[in-house]
Amino acid sequence: MLKILKYSIFDLLRSRWSYVYFVFYLILGFVLLFLNNDVNKAIITLMNIIIVLTPLIGTIFGVMYYYNSKEFTELLLAQPIKRNKIFIGQYLGVSLSLTLSLVLGIGIPFVLYGLFKSASIFDFGLLIVVGAFLNFIFVALAYNIAISNENKIKGFGYAILMWLFLAVVYDGIFMILAIKFQEYPLDKFALTSMMFNPIDLSRTLILLKLDISALLGYTGAVFKEFFGTSKGLLTSLFILCLWVVFPLLRIHLKLRKKDF
Amino acid sequence: MRFFKKYFFLLTLLIAFTVKSQTKTITVCNTCDVKSIKDGIDLAQDKDTVLVKKGIYNETRIFINKSIHLIGENFPIIDAENKTDSVIAVKAKDFSISGFRIKNVGLSYTKEIAAIYTSHCTNFTISNNIIENCFYAFIMQRANYGVLTNNKVNGHAIVETSAGNGFHLWKCKNMRIEKNTISGMRDGIYLEFVNKSFISHNKSENNIRYGLHFMFSHHNEYHHNEFKKNGAGVAVMFSKYIKMHHNTFHFNWGTASYGLLLKEIYDAEIVDNVFEQNTIGINIDGCNRITYKNNHFVRNGWALKFTGGCYKNIFEYNNFMHNAFDLSYNSRLNDNEFEANYWSEYTGYDLNKDGIGDVPFRPVKLFSYVVNKTPETLVLLRSLFVDIINFSEKVSPVFTPDNLKDKKPLMKPINPIQLN
Amino acid sequence: MIKIKNLHKKFGKLTVLDGLDLDIEKGGIFAILGPNGSGKTTLIKCLLGMVVPNKGEISFQGNNILKEWNYRNNLNYLPQIANFPANLSVIELIKMVKNLRPKQANEQELIDLFGLQPFLKKKLGNLSGGTKQKVNLVLTFMFDSDLIILDEPTTGLDPIALIYLKDLIKKERDKGKTVLITTHIMSVVEELADEIVFLLDGKIYFKGSITKLQEQTNQTNLEHAIANLISKQYVN
Repeated sequence: MLKILKYSIFDLLRSRWSYVYFVFYLILGFVLLFLNNDVNKAIITLMNIIIVLTPLIGTIFGVMYYYNSKEFTELLLAQPIKRNKIFIGQYLGVSLSLTLSLVLGIGIPFVLYGLFKSASIFDFGLLIVVGAFLNFIFVALAYNIAISNENKIKGFGYAILMWLFLAVVYDGIFMILAIKFQEYPLDKFALTSMMFNPIDLSRTLILLKLDISALLGYTGAVFKEFFGTSKGLLTSLFILCLWVVFPLLRIHLKLRKKDF
Repeated sequence: MRFFKKYFFLLTLLIAFTVKSQTKTITVCNTCDVKSIKDGIDLAQDKDTVLVKKGIYNETRIFINKSIHLIGENFPIIDAENKTDSVIAVKAKDFSISGFRIKNVGLSYTKEIAAIYTSHCTNFTISNNIIENCFYAFIMQRANYGVLTNNKVNGHAIVETSAGNGFHLWKCKNMRIEKNTISGMRDGIYLEFVNKSFISHNKSENNIRYGLHFMFSHHNEYHHNEFKKNGAGVAVMFSKYIKMHHNTFHFNWGTASYGLLLKEIYDAEIVDNVFEQNTIGINIDGCNRITYKNNHFVRNGWALKFTGGCYKNIFEYNNFMHNAFDLSYNSRLNDNEFEANYWSEYTGYDLNKDGIGDVPFRPVKLFSYVVNKTPETLVLLRSLFVDIINFSEKVSPVFTPDNLKDKKPLMKPINPIQLN
Repeated sequence: MIKIKNLHKKFGKLTVLDGLDLDIEKGGIFAILGPNGSGKTTLIKCLLGMVVPNKGEISFQGNNILKEWNYRNNLNYLPQIANFPANLSVIELIKMVKNLRPKQANEQELIDLFGLQPFLKKKLGNLSGGTKQKVNLVLTFMFDSDLIILDEPTTGLDPIALIYLKDLIKKERDKGKTVLITTHIMSVVEELADEIVFLLDGKIYFKGSITKLQEQTNQTNLEHAIANLISKQYVN
């Protein structure tokens, strides 16, 4: 598996797209910090971008990599290696190289800006952790879609739809339901809904840090316990891990019966 | 010679006065002739000084009814041993109390008792005292020209009903409350029917209700105070002509928590204050003709929240930076003026480079309207979907007041401040 | 060497293999033929463990291979379409595949044979189809394994490379290896195959030498003999 991982990363690190992605974050970081000189604003803008863009890029990269390396995968399948190892190796390769682009792309401008001396280091750290999680989650989801769809066009379509659903539609449905049932106590519903969507979950994690003053304005006891203590942070991180584990498990199960 | 004569006359006059006002100092200590503070005060006459040396005095109901100076040396401790009586009670004029450490005044549900209780006093100074674990620290009734300065009040209040206030002033005039620090009380400073007074350079934090609480108090001024992590922030209610400037309100977090709560306030000035990371920066309920200028609203949940009818308020040259919501507005009508503020969320442009954005800024978001109706939707804060609905509302306002906008948003923040 | 019993495979509603039985002895070149969609590739993929059969048994050198992976160390496979990670160079790819198999490899000999030396440092994404196929061949033949499976090995090769390839295959047979080939080019079959395995409707329709096939179909020309077999499908 490590060998596959090594070569996937090797391959991806030379791909143009990795660099485009890296340079994009690099420019973004520099623009936000040096043209603005406001770390708070930079972090909030970055959060908005990371929450939406990392899942999209992760999804597209994941699907693209799967379909593009299909023939090569077949060659690998004829080698004495377990199936799982091939796919998990490739999966890790894609996720890690994307994460690397993210960390370096945003990290370099922040380090140059002297972030390590500022109090924003924790916000920034959290942002990176969340970005990494989103990469791992959405590449895994993309792999799930790709493995289940032999048809490339269909696979791409479903992947984009999935992103659109989780990034926008899900929240819309939640808001409509919340307004419709506003007479009922909704705090448990609200929090649970956020757990079932990795994008919302990541956003919640960052809100805990950036907007705690607003979040504590809500009266519900469940909210208070969740946002007011470290429980929120720990629960969110734990469930983010589950969001990586479950798609991977499904890949594992799917592979046992998959024909190539 | 005439010159000398005149001076000679003045000199004799001066000597005569000094002789006449010859006062004595009564020293109280555990090994002195006078062993209790009460005895010391009994022996004193107007203008005398009672000097209390370091030691522990288990006394309550020390009553002062003459113009004396009660001075503690090296902070003698007066321990009330949780008795439900005031430690020092005063009904006098021209007196001072300073340098004591007063402890353990028991709590009472029937009487208002305090470490220092004054009633009908004028022209006095209470300074440099440390009050610990007392029901109320200072109660002033019908005082005039009193100075309360450099006192430290530290309580362990847990629930509102069984806690007293740090400074509790009722029907007072011309008071100065300065440079005190108060923590762990119900209200840090409570003023009811107090007029023409100044509250400045105090630090009030971790009080379970308000850091500062005004009721029916007019023509007051408070400035350079710091209010931090109080249960509900600072409340100014039913008062007119209040000046509030150079205060810092921060980290007041909670469901009913504000930096500043304004209720039925008319003709006030709110200038040069900092509101940082409060759940609500200023909660404005039925307030008219208030000028908000040069204030900094940084990373609050809601910078401004209007809850009642508010008319003819002016907001100019304020900084609104990174608040989750800059403004929450309760009605579709607006009679308040927002002009030339800096909004960190403003994305317009300035083609003629005059520092003023060419497109108006609308501080009320559709999402804040949704959150008002359904608070649980707050978890969607900063999501893409929310950005989309906010954008559509910005393009064609349906739910938010059409004329509520800053027509001249600034491109750069005013007076950048150093935040801690 | 290979024993297949009652092999069934359906893709959705389409039955591809329908109770296929096949025995392949050790040594020799076996051409697997059949019309389009007769299940040649599926059969090979079952053998490689890439396709999971619905039913049936496959054993290789006496061991069951379903859900196993270690046996693949003793077979070489040439896939139909050569498509490699675009950003790796030829030599890196060769090293990688070597890295994946705990086995000795003689890649240098093959690189020289196919004249790949000038391309070693080039990225795979920039190579022509024929050159890629040569790289593909190197990857397949560089290991010493008992079974060699070639899926359309002649695609895109120039005549000289084709001659080298045929020689290579013959050499392997002479070493006592078993070689399975699928191809549509009859001259290759005629020149190389010791035995023909003809698939039709997901079953083995014919298995035997070329002469036996010619006798059975009364055709002297192999191409016609095969056409004769295929035409039966259309009659049915």
